[in-house]
Amino acid sequence: MARLRDVAQICKSKNAGPFMLTIDVLFEDPAVYAAVKATGALHAGLFARLYQVAEADVLFTPYDAALAFKATLPRLVPAGDFGDTDVYGAQQHAPLLDAEIPL
Amino acid sequence: MNKPGFTMLSTSGILGYGFAEESLRIGMSRNPQVIGCDGGSTDPGPHYLGAGTSFCSRLSVKRDLRLMLQAAVAARIPCIIGTSGGAGGEPHLQDTAALVREIAREEGLSFPMALIHAEPDRALLFRRVAQGRVKALAKLPPLDHATIDRATRIVGMMGPEPIARALDQGAQVVLAGRSSDPAQWVAPAMRAGLPAAPSWYAGKMLECGAEPTTPKEPDCLLVTVHPDHLVCEPPNPIRRCTPLSVANFALHENSSPIHHVEPGGLLDTAEVRFEAVTDRAVRISGMRWTPVETYTVKLEGVELAGYRAITLCATRDPGLIAQVDDYLATHRVKVAAKAADFGVPASSWRMAIRTIGRDAVMGAREPQQGTTAHELGFVVEVLAETQEVANAVLAMARTSLLHADFHGRLCKEGNMAFPFSPSDIALGPLYRFSVFHTVAPDDPYEMFPIEHERVG
Repeated sequence: MARLRDVAQICKSKNAGPFMLTIDVLFEDPAVYAAVKATGALHAGLFARLYQVAEADVLFTPYDAALAFKATLPRLVPAGDFGDTDVYGAQQHAPLLDAEIPL
Repeated sequence: MNKPGFTMLSTSGILGYGFAEESLRIGMSRNPQVIGCDGGSTDPGPHYLGAGTSFCSRLSVKRDLRLMLQAAVAARIPCIIGTSGGAGGEPHLQDTAALVREIAREEGLSFPMALIHAEPDRALLFRRVAQGRVKALAKLPPLDHATIDRATRIVGMMGPEPIARALDQGAQVVLAGRSSDPAQWVAPAMRAGLPAAPSWYAGKMLECGAEPTTPKEPDCLLVTVHPDHLVCEPPNPIRRCTPLSVANFALHENSSPIHHVEPGGLLDTAEVRFEAVTDRAVRISGMRWTPVETYTVKLEGVELAGYRAITLCATRDPGLIAQVDDYLATHRVKVAAKAADFGVPASSWRMAIRTIGRDAVMGAREPQQGTTAHELGFVVEVLAETQEVANAVLAMARTSLLHADFHGRLCKEGNMAFPFSPSDIALGPLYRFSVFHTVAPDDPYEMFPIEHERVG
């Protein structure tokens, strides 16, 4: 069993507009990407659980061309509104780092 | 690869973020046909659109602009700024234009300039709403009259067409108000006869300067567009474009990595290929462009949501840290009682406390419970209808955090370290995004009037 942080080269978050957060995981090695994809460990349900949103609100896309997975989901608070903690959405990736990948 | 193609130089991630002067020099030696930089986006939040100010300093923007204008005039090529002034509203556009005129005076530069305005007439918006030509994005409610009336500022996000028209009409320097990030690059590329698909993809690569490179820092990027592909390469020899660095940026700030909805069409990147052509240049091909029947323009608007005051402090007391949840809950009740004493009911203000060292980054989404930190920081935010009430409640919250008693308290002189005097900061108006919709205009130009002038 590996953790995502041990096998991915990039794991990051950012706003996709003021209301959505988008999280990307990228791999440099096509074989590692294919192996991770084959485990099925990364899926909309995982993001829904980690970010406490409904699975239907997660747009999850494996993107073979970039050896990447992308998940886009609603922000907790619209960017810059009262109580927001992360206007750019750039530090919301950490829960994913410890996701277990059965490689 | 062997044909010359159409080369464009993007100087930085955002105008004012800076770039190495040597990068610009090397970039210009490659004879780009256009130079430019994006001025901003919604990313720094709603404040700047509402307040009409920039999130970059005048000094840093002027430095970048000066070098770019000098380079463009010397090479006789267009210089295009997208989303001028950070948010692309009228004050942002005018401030950028004033800077350009100032630089031209100081440097003895002369050129035709176009300003493209991006704050649509409210009467036009009312009409489009009434015609059912406005649609909500991101699950917002439908746009109505009252929301438009309440908005402090609304901008439309132009596509490449008004920018291309400004160039057609003879402008060498184009300052665009709010524009789709790739638009300023799509316009010159398509004017040069290149197809939409590689032109839009080139725009996506150029919109943040050297972000598709490694090491990834604000700097310049060269992209050469060909009929069926494009090549990305940074002029600065310390940077490289690799398939990973380019793929990383291809995912930047989009909801879907495959379908990119743009004004006038859909960029489909499902079959894109990233190939290294040298150890620092990447060839990208396989993108497709499908025009849509109805041209749409995105609207962004903000409204005033009150006034804020904040304070920053931290505790080093292990007794308090061990019971911080209870302490903050009790604190809230005490602040409410004291505010009511001076005539401010709890219904007229809101308070949010971010606890640094526990959950200040992720808030309610923080999966880790409790804290192992030996110190905790607090960012206290109060929102009220007036600045006076926000200041008053915040001042009481600050005093109460400092002096409230708690079980087993040893630090009887005060519970918090305040690093600053004054301790309280009036943040001023809070704006929130209230308009995030699309509108179907009669044509791509109707919301974006172009104004020409001779500078110098």
